[in-house]
Amino acid sequence: MSKQEQHWEKSRGLLFMTLAIWFVFSIGIFLFGAEMNEVTGPFGYPLTYWFTCQGSLGAFVILIFWFANRQEKIDEEFGFSERGDD
Amino acid sequence: MKGNFIDNLPKVYGIYTGGFLAFIIIMSIGEQMGMTSKAIGICFVAFTVAIYAIIGYLSRTAQADAYYVAGRQVPTVFNGMATAADWMSGASFVAMAGGIYFKGYGYMALLVGWTGGYVLVASLLAPYLRKFGCYTVPDFIGTRYGGNLSRFMAVVVLTVASFTYVTAQINATGTIASVALDIPFQYAVYVGLVSILLCSMLGGMRGVTWTQVAQYIVLIIAYLLPVFWISNKMGAGFFPHFMLADEVSRIAELEAQFGFVKNSAENLKEVPKGLAGITKAHSAVNATPWAFISLALAMMMGTASLPHVMMRYFTTPSVKAARKSVGWSLFFIFLLYSSAPMLATLSKLSLIDPTLPTGIIGKSISEVQAIDWYQNWNSANLMFVSDFNGNGTLELNEFFMGGKAVVLATPEIAGLPYVISGLVAAGGMAAAMSTADGLILAIANAISHDVYYKIIDPKAETAKRLVVARVLLVVIGFAGATIAAMEIQGILGSVIWAFDFAMSGLFFPLVLGVWWKRANREGAIAGMALGLISGAGYLVWVRNGGSGFLGITQLTFGIFGSAVSLVAMVVVSLMTSAPNAATQKMVDEVRIPSGKSILGKQH
Repeated sequence: MSKQEQHWEKSRGLLFMTLAIWFVFSIGIFLFGAEMNEVTGPFGYPLTYWFTCQGSLGAFVILIFWFANRQEKIDEEFGFSERGDD
Repeated sequence: MKGNFIDNLPKVYGIYTGGFLAFIIIMSIGEQMGMTSKAIGICFVAFTVAIYAIIGYLSRTAQADAYYVAGRQVPTVFNGMATAADWMSGASFVAMAGGIYFKGYGYMALLVGWTGGYVLVASLLAPYLRKFGCYTVPDFIGTRYGGNLSRFMAVVVLTVASFTYVTAQINATGTIASVALDIPFQYAVYVGLVSILLCSMLGGMRGVTWTQVAQYIVLIIAYLLPVFWISNKMGAGFFPHFMLADEVSRIAELEAQFGFVKNSAENLKEVPKGLAGITKAHSAVNATPWAFISLALAMMMGTASLPHVMMRYFTTPSVKAARKSVGWSLFFIFLLYSSAPMLATLSKLSLIDPTLPTGIIGKSISEVQAIDWYQNWNSANLMFVSDFNGNGTLELNEFFMGGKAVVLATPEIAGLPYVISGLVAAGGMAAAMSTADGLILAIANAISHDVYYKIIDPKAETAKRLVVARVLLVVIGFAGATIAAMEIQGILGSVIWAFDFAMSGLFFPLVLGVWWKRANREGAIAGMALGLISGAGYLVWVRNGGSGFLGITQLTFGIFGSAVSLVAMVVVSLMTSAPNAATQKMVDEVRIPSGKSILGKQH
């Protein structure tokens, strides 16, 4: 397998992992919205309510930065990272 | 100042922010000294718009890559701010907290959808389109799939989606300008339009980028300052985001105590159009999982297909920077979106809790009608009370408010000085202007670059191309303003439609262009055309009394449109021949960040 194919395989793996986490916070937890709202979440808010106000939103921010760092590592590993500016 | 402009950005915008804060302080001193509320409103809007116009003038350019992609040198954090301003429209700023106030959980699907979409932008599209080196979104479609028809179809989808969106934004600038400057809406719309064009005409993407950063700073101060101030004044908590749990449970307690009494249709006839009462629980789950998820999903896929957002990531210096920049964009959006539910909570509690001095439920009707702020907002057609049951006391079901009032009136209800209301008007103006600028530029650039330069006259010189681009900018702006002046539909409804149109036609052609090498021209054309037509058809059907299916409503028709688009694209691609070797090699090139972009620096 060429270097490029390996790079793409790893990138695709990272994509699936990212989308899986995205799925949990954007869709998965809201399948059980009513049940989860009975539980008290962070800062004392009802749990599902907290996810819609802060939890999911914050998780997406962290997820994107995590994804960007992981992808950069993959690019460096195969020598495909760009030189210079940031 | 030494060094070039880009190196000095933190300093420049630092001084700008300090200057804006100083302006707020001067205005509040002016208020103490007897400046009228009208004069303060005019000063806020005029001062901020003048600054944007100056930035727009200083960013003027005669180069194609500066005009189309800001010279590809916008640093990640600043591009994040510009994208956040581009993204957060008049609807986010003025209407979102109101939507949460009235509809609670079911509405908050929009919060999840409008943020979660950025994960798709960062992982599926933005870095690859940046590597491609295109000027516009149809530029990617046209080059990846080849042929003028695919390029043209992409321009059509882009125009339908963006134009639906932009009329709502021009409408919002007109509303705010008409209130702040006290002129009729029909003229205020054009005042708004001229302000918008001042930012983008001379500098194109470069001008829009630097005004959007300035607009973000104004709008975020204008949103957060009142939220923190009200929370502290009510004694609800120093940092509302972490400290409102008691207030949220107090609202639930009051809801249980008052109950949601249903008004008769006859009584509701009295209520002015556009106003609503509290009929849904604040923090309880009041929508089915599918209703919530389908709306969130439509907004997420729409986010990843809207060209005015995508083109912001063409302006970063590198692919790596494009990825990081998406993270920063969402961070800056998060600051406002996570505050909207807090504002809705504070606003609702201050109105309905009888133990608070601002609470009006349980007071006598005549007492409420004598309150100053009630009279102001009642005459602005944003508040209304009526004694339906004739007991002389205001009940929860007898109080009505417009969605905009949550953001616009809460500072006044909570007893904040008028200078805050002026600030909020400037913030709303900044939010609507920045989005309108991004959208008008997206349409004008697509038509000037993809239709005029790439299809009609490929030999045109740069100077001529930029003249065409600017003329289109003005024409599209005026067309949008003219439709906005007719006031056909509400702000929020048309914004949601724009997302559905974009995802129906563009989501799969864009994503599969990067992630599926086998996707070819015929498939992409079928995907765009059938997706857009079936989505639009579904909307028309449901609007005309059609029952719909699978719980897909007129707000989520993009789910149907994009499903048709996906099937059409896969089936047609597989039925026709695979893309040629050159195209396949191009896709391989797009997938690695290093090396030259596919399209040259000047193209």
